[in-house]
Amino acid sequence: MILQKFLLRLITMAVTLFGVAVVVFIVIRVAPGDPIAMMLPPGAGPEDIARLRALYGLDKSLPHQFLIWLGGVVQGDFGTSISLRQDVLSLVLGRLPATLELATVALLIALIIGGPLAVIGARERGTAVEAGIDVAGGAALSIPDFLWGLVLILLFGVLAPIFEISGRVSPSLDLPFSTQFYLVESILRLRFDLTADLLSHMFMPALALALPLAAIITLLLKQSLKEVMDLDYVVLARVKGFSETQVILREALKNAALPTLTLIGVQFTFLIGGTVIVERLFSYEGLGNMAIDAVINRDLPLIQGIVLVFALIFVLINLAVDLSYALLNPRLRHG
Amino acid sequence: MNARPSCLSISGLTAILPNGSRVLRSVSLDVKPGEVHALVGESGAGKSMIGKALLGVLPPSVRQVEGSIALEGTELETLGAAARRRLIGARTALIPQDPLTALNPSRRIGPQMSDRLTHILGWPAERARNRIREMLAEVHIREPDRVIAAYPHELSGGMRQRVLIAAAFAAEPRLIVADEPTTALDVTVQKQILRLIADLQRQHGTAILFVTHDLGVVAKISQSVTVLYAGMVVERAPTPALFATPQHAYTRALMAATPRYTDPASSLQPVGSAVLAELALEVQNADNEWKRAHG
Ligand SMILES: Nc1ncnc2c1ncn2[C@@H]1O[C@H](COP(=O)(O)OP(=O)(O)OP(=O)(O)O)[C@@H](O)[C@H]1O
Ligand SMILES: [Mg+2]
Repeated sequence: MILQKFLLRLITMAVTLFGVAVVVFIVIRVAPGDPIAMMLPPGAGPEDIARLRALYGLDKSLPHQFLIWLGGVVQGDFGTSISLRQDVLSLVLGRLPATLELATVALLIALIIGGPLAVIGARERGTAVEAGIDVAGGAALSIPDFLWGLVLILLFGVLAPIFEISGRVSPSLDLPFSTQFYLVESILRLRFDLTADLLSHMFMPALALALPLAAIITLLLKQSLKEVMDLDYVVLARVKGFSETQVILREALKNAALPTLTLIGVQFTFLIGGTVIVERLFSYEGLGNMAIDAVINRDLPLIQGIVLVFALIFVLINLAVDLSYALLNPRLRHG
Repeated sequence: MNARPSCLSISGLTAILPNGSRVLRSVSLDVKPGEVHALVGESGAGKSMIGKALLGVLPPSVRQVEGSIALEGTELETLGAAARRRLIGARTALIPQDPLTALNPSRRIGPQMSDRLTHILGWPAERARNRIREMLAEVHIREPDRVIAAYPHELSGGMRQRVLIAAAFAAEPRLIVADEPTTALDVTVQKQILRLIADLQRQHGTAILFVTHDLGVVAKISQSVTVLYAGMVVERAPTPALFATPQHAYTRALMAATPRYTDPASSLQPVGSAVLAELALEVQNADNEWKRAHG
């Protein structure tokens, strides 16, 4: 039964990824712009073009190209970047950790802001405090992440330059890292000076990405909490002598978190999508920044690789959401 | 005339809705230590509202505007919010109407039963655990370990109500509010649960404010009664006296509608229109008087 569900899930994921691969493959080839033309120096002859096209396999028919590419992907070979002339997989894996760390920090910031505000709003329901939270949430929601990025640059980069405005880490620093997970490694190696530098670079892009999500978490979780607050078992907890805050944290939060959790999953994928522009804005050396370069250069193999990795992340996030949903809901776990 | 302070003493309790209409109309009642005091009345009479008011869990739309509630001589009004909450948590308990919704679906039974002991009364975990097992035995649950580790949906309705009853008695409260504790249950289980509450009440000497609309249950379980209509006390008497010489026409009508007081399955029949007219007049008079007194 559980094995069946699991297999079904795996198949669904594979089909999703395959679909994404097909769509991306076709779209970027139908879109205007020739990668070869952009690589060649002025004055190159038609035979040079033909030679390069053949080298990158672009002379074959679309289905043929797709099969060749898919065959490689299945074996872990995503091809060679046209603009950077390096293995796509190692390029993508080299940049992925930076984006994952940024997105994770952004998610944590969103939870740290949104969770407490939701609890406070639910506790102070019907008061001016709740109204204030609603207004702030609405404002945070209606401004997209990259605009928040610009606002933050003005605030903390120009007016009160507290945080680093550009890049992932100060170039003057000596990095003892053996992986690209700088933040994780700096913590594991107890190099908190580096952690501080990384976080200082990360803070603004992460906050820009986090604010809309924080607003969504606040408003939705608060609403769910308020719906739970009048249920019998919550009333019973009040009779037991628990304070309103204790009641929310002990009785209401877990059940109210379920609908919010699903939405956080969906919104987190949007947040990762948002890294593309926000990373660009802050010159943060992540996958999103690389994606923009890849598109500008019509670097077809690299675009395909990046999109496929993003798709894989989205699928995994959905899986994680479903798993934690089952974990939080005993009825699902046993049934 | 009685030197012992009442376990619960409510006087002049008035609560209003946002539109100004009164849901409780100057309610007064006394529950003596260790007695079962029945609160009868038809649906919407305000029985649950009285329980909620004394437990400090009135819905946000309902406001207590007058009256006092004293637990063992302590006026709740004189206490700050936190002290009041602690007093209610320590001295009272609630056996709710619907055992299906009164347990948190995502928490195990054990912690839900013991959290008052450990978190409010400060018992050590070990002592609370033992107490919970003792109480589960008292409510005739044979596999305490399974129940303690279970989630609510793994238990039947009757089992859940036993769990809630055990939890209510666990901290030895002085007063339990039992709000129609059997109405949500199967008819076959109702009698057992009623007997269980009566037995535990006798053994522990706990006073109970027993909310019901069933005169059969009143006759069986209570020592005194308050009859409520539209948030207004219609009659208040020791149970034997109420059944022997009902004073109010409404009480008599209720009895006429319940031919056998001893059958808990029988329910109320409609009350005659002459009696209803008399009640409407009394409510009207009470409201006029209240308006005069409050401008
Ligand atoms: N949350 C609420 N907000 C406003 N009015 C309410 C609320 N709950 C109940 N009332 C009203 O208060 C009155 C008394 O309700 P209450 O629940 O105390 O009745 P009851 O005697 O317990 O009835 P039942 O036997 O159906 O439980 C009713 O007229 C009801 O409509
Ligand atoms: Mg009721």
